[in-house]
Amino acid sequence: MSQDAVRLLPADGSSWRLEAYLGRGGYAAARKAVTSMAPADVIAEVRKAGLRGRGGAGFPAGLKWSFVPQGGAGPRYLCVNADEGEPGTFKDRAILVRNPHLLLEGMVIAAFAVGIRTAVVYVRGEYDRVADRLREAIAEAEKAGFIGPGLFGTDFGLDVIVHLGAGAYICGEETALLESVEGRRGQPRLKPPFPAVVGLFRAPTVINNVETLASVPGILARGADWFTALGRPKDCGTRIFGVSGAVRRPGLFELPTGTPLRTIIDDYAGGPPEGVSIKAVIPGGLSAPLLRAEELGTPMDFDSLAQACSMIGSAAIVVIGDRTPIIDVLQVMARFYAHESCGQCTPCRVGTSWIHKAVSRLAAGQGRPADLDLILSLADGMKGRTLCPMGDAAALPIHALVTKFRDELDRAVAR
Amino acid sequence: MSFAPSSAVLGRIDRTIAAYPERAAALLPVLHLIQGESGWVPPEAETWVAAKLGVPPIRVREVLSFYTMFRRGPAGRTVIRVCRNLSCTLAGAEDLIGFLRAELGLAGGDTTADGAVTLAVVECLGNCDNAPCLQIDGVDHGRVTKERAAAIIGELLGK
Repeated sequence: MSQDAVRLLPADGSSWRLEAYLGRGGYAAARKAVTSMAPADVIAEVRKAGLRGRGGAGFPAGLKWSFVPQGGAGPRYLCVNADEGEPGTFKDRAILVRNPHLLLEGMVIAAFAVGIRTAVVYVRGEYDRVADRLREAIAEAEKAGFIGPGLFGTDFGLDVIVHLGAGAYICGEETALLESVEGRRGQPRLKPPFPAVVGLFRAPTVINNVETLASVPGILARGADWFTALGRPKDCGTRIFGVSGAVRRPGLFELPTGTPLRTIIDDYAGGPPEGVSIKAVIPGGLSAPLLRAEELGTPMDFDSLAQACSMIGSAAIVVIGDRTPIIDVLQVMARFYAHESCGQCTPCRVGTSWIHKAVSRLAAGQGRPADLDLILSLADGMKGRTLCPMGDAAALPIHALVTKFRDELDRAVAR
Repeated sequence: MSFAPSSAVLGRIDRTIAAYPERAAALLPVLHLIQGESGWVPPEAETWVAAKLGVPPIRVREVLSFYTMFRRGPAGRTVIRVCRNLSCTLAGAEDLIGFLRAELGLAGGDTTADGAVTLAVVECLGNCDNAPCLQIDGVDHGRVTKERAAAIIGELLGK
């Protein structure tokens, strides 16, 4: 197996086609799992690798799989979260476009481990053209016997449905995603019961992010020890870091977890443009509380960012230069969350809309002296008081921004 | 007023419904198919879809009004989606949006008077390393300068 086979993104210029993927050793890990391993051993290997979810919450994937009740009749489902709505994030798009068979292979392995026969890939509506690539890859895989009934000469099979969203950030939340697949508004469900027990069509369901599943074939091919040797002890392997904003070379960089933020920005993304210095950095998508320039030494892994009172989220790094007024950033955040709140929980629905009103006043130069404290108090009122993580996802970054850049905002109000 | 999709779209709708374990799960894909053909989802199509999938009409209305990509009114022949989230804002999205509106001659609304183009300002399109970005009928365009925007608009309005 070549080095390229275990990379999530193949080298530039590589083909996404099945033939090229097989040339890189593709589908060997799925064949090995399905023909020579017991499902429980596949789960054990992924648990041993310590693979944590790449969508945002970071829940260990193998543990999630193990929560599905064993035995019993009736269907169970795999939902692949390709909703990728977290602003600043564009990594799953790249996997779908440049290496779709890696995702499909990871899905086959996960489905085999949990005893699943049907998978639904939930692709955000804005990625319809990206989904075309996936549809083409599925057709290739079906023709070659890697997707469909009777895989690798066994009686195990997997069918794949590609389901297109329609423009709702909340559908990246796993139970909202289930509602959306069932043909309803994307309003999150109360947990418990958790999807592993009562999920899609009321059946046991595993929901994993695209990058998480794409990390699975490498673990099966090279072993959990290879994976744990990469990255950090409690957050292993590599991640695709996406960098955008005030840098010379925005793009995706696949690196071990724990790589310092500064290294990713300076050595890989080329640092800020000439004459610009860094004012702040969002380390994990818009919902991750921003870091100030003096915090750039933070290693990019779950625990280090939690210690810095932020989160690695989707590992989407947005660099904000010193020429950008921080009120502009706050305005984007406030508008976004007010627009995307699903409306189910009052603290989130009303909180995001009040914050948006107060921020709009400030941005228009009509701020009141009490507005900044009002924003903080509204954010406090949302934290931990909603059904799903969206309330926190809106409150925490707004609270952090106002707290960390209070001086600049106070000056803006006084003007 | 009654509604009927073309026979080609009806065939795709029936195949889509058959792919799901429950009929109602086909609601989003069926609405996409209807909007793809008609440009929007008229009220009579809502009742048609409700009957087709065996769900109450209110359920179709709820879904239609919840998801921002579905349209309950006619749109231009070409739809431009331009991103205004953070990475694009840092790359000058607000200037680009103002420029696009001026080039298209949009005053109050979002659709040109001749019905050629609708401009929709949207949240993140997931193309952040190519900011500022937009989509024309779903096709991505990145690092859109004013020169490129002017060329794109010229082509759309000329046709």
